[in-house]
Amino acid sequence: MFTSALLEEALKRKRLVKQMREQLIHNLRVTYARLWVRIKGSNREPEWIAAELVIPILTLSAYVYLYKMLNAPSEYAGFVIIGGTMIAFWVNVLWNMSAQFYWEKETGTLEAYLVAPISRMAILLGMALGGIVNTTLRAIVILVAGTIIFQAPLIVNEPFTALLLFFLTIIALYALGMLFASLFMLYGREAWHTASLLQEPVYFLSGSYFPVKMLPFFVQLVASLIPLTFGLDGIRRVVILGAGIADIWLDIIALVIFIAVLLPLAKFALNYMENLGKKEGRLTLRWQ
Amino acid sequence: MLHYCVETKDLVRIFKSKNEVVKALDKVSISIGEGEIFGLLGPNGAGKTTFIKILTTLLLPTSGEAYVGGFDVVKESDKVRKIISLVSGGETPGYGILSVRENLWFFSQLYGLSSSVAKEEIRRLMADLDFEEYAGTRMSKLSTGYRQRLNLARGLLSKPKILFLDEPTLGLDVLTAKNLREYIVDWAKRERKGTVLLTTHYMAEADEMCDRVAIIDRGRILACDSPFKLKENLEENVIVKMEVSSVRADFSFIDDLGGVVGYSQTRSIQTDTTTLKVMVHDESILSKITSKIEGQKLKILSVNKAEPTLEDVYISLVGRGFEEEEAG
Repeated sequence: MFTSALLEEALKRKRLVKQMREQLIHNLRVTYARLWVRIKGSNREPEWIAAELVIPILTLSAYVYLYKMLNAPSEYAGFVIIGGTMIAFWVNVLWNMSAQFYWEKETGTLEAYLVAPISRMAILLGMALGGIVNTTLRAIVILVAGTIIFQAPLIVNEPFTALLLFFLTIIALYALGMLFASLFMLYGREAWHTASLLQEPVYFLSGSYFPVKMLPFFVQLVASLIPLTFGLDGIRRVVILGAGIADIWLDIIALVIFIAVLLPLAKFALNYMENLGKKEGRLTLRWQ
Repeated sequence: MLHYCVETKDLVRIFKSKNEVVKALDKVSISIGEGEIFGLLGPNGAGKTTFIKILTTLLLPTSGEAYVGGFDVVKESDKVRKIISLVSGGETPGYGILSVRENLWFFSQLYGLSSSVAKEEIRRLMADLDFEEYAGTRMSKLSTGYRQRLNLARGLLSKPKILFLDEPTLGLDVLTAKNLREYIVDWAKRERKGTVLLTTHYMAEADEMCDRVAIIDRGRILACDSPFKLKENLEENVIVKMEVSSVRADFSFIDDLGGVVGYSQTRSIQTDTTTLKVMVHDESILSKITSKIEGQKLKILSVNKAEPTLEDVYISLVGRGFEEEEAG
């Protein structure tokens, strides 16, 4: 009697593990498929790639020439190039990540996701990873082109620290994108306007093209709510000033906190907004 | 105990906005058996899409119960999603920048198909739905008819037990619509023994495809039976079609006549005529109608007795045709 109950319990557990494994594999497939769509879609239109490469280079060129005109130290060119490179990720997070569910809703594909037996986080993760791959390739081109054109001096004493900072910044940024995507899911035109509204202030507050320390204390406080501010600060110090992990540990901790808060918050927001949408009937309501 | 594939009990859905409260579904109770093709017929705004959205877990009901495959659509939505598929007419069936084959592969992944199984299934469905030659074409370049084939293929990829079709032939030409209807009936009856819940406002579509039809208007089910039985109930009435010489003909006087079950009118600007379809209990009322029309100095071009259709069933229940209902 006792052994049969134990056997039954073991079988039940085995079934559950099998089910969970199958579910995990299924959701990984979904993540890969969504990543594949993003990469395929983004690289099919050459005009798009050109715009994503040329516009950031033009913007950072303007700042580099401005600093040169003001006789700023040569490191400033490096600051601007790193800023321009990282800003490519912010633009991608904002337009291709945050506003994505809004577009999916308008085109009708969101409905297909919501009816399918999948984790919505798997879709968001696929979108984020696809965006990271695409933008990293573009960012490398911007970085290399900027460094060669303006002969910016880079001193990398700890390449692994630089890479760690880069990945933490990217994860934190895309976690923020996942949160925005969830929040924008129910909204119509407001999503579009909100994305526009967030673009320039983040350029300004994160110190993409100038040091944040020049800003008043209160503005710096607001800037500290943006993961890009810490990422940029840390990467610049490691890549341009030759700093090591001992100098930038505060940036690393800040980014880890951002990730730890933003990822669960994105999952919560996604569930909350989906349920709210189902309750209010706005989940698949278009052209609001 | 009889097992139903889809079952709803007193399903109510209310939409509230700042200015109004709309009861989109009002105590809808329906049972659909396995392998059945069930049609929900009604004009635009009748509550068809709301009903299908609740059953496909896209919308929560305000009250009442709904079960799909025996699972509660609210509490067991994950289980419901594993056995259903939704095809909506007039929808974009995927990403415009991807080809037909790529789109289908992507959607196959949402249902956990391995790539090799997916590829084989995609090839088969494209061949069955006769659009293999467009496999490499970008979705954005497809015509409406081929987009809808892609949409249907997308819905069938996962081999659902229950297929929900929301206006599947919306905006399609006659031949494409006919082909798709035939394919769906064939899929349900012979290949998979699948259950289909179809919403439509095309009478002929419901008549041709469905084992049973429920007529819905303003969120309420007015009748539910096989198309044959629904029409059979009208046999005691006389249905007459009259073609009248002006597009401006006014038939509002019929509202005041006793013994008229209902009527509908279709106006043709091209021929400057109006076709009046009237259903009466007693043939003697027809002479009153003709004399009133002639009193308006209009010519009656033709008068024919008509066999009952599902539109007549709707007229007998609501008093008006679909077009007037949608315009109103």
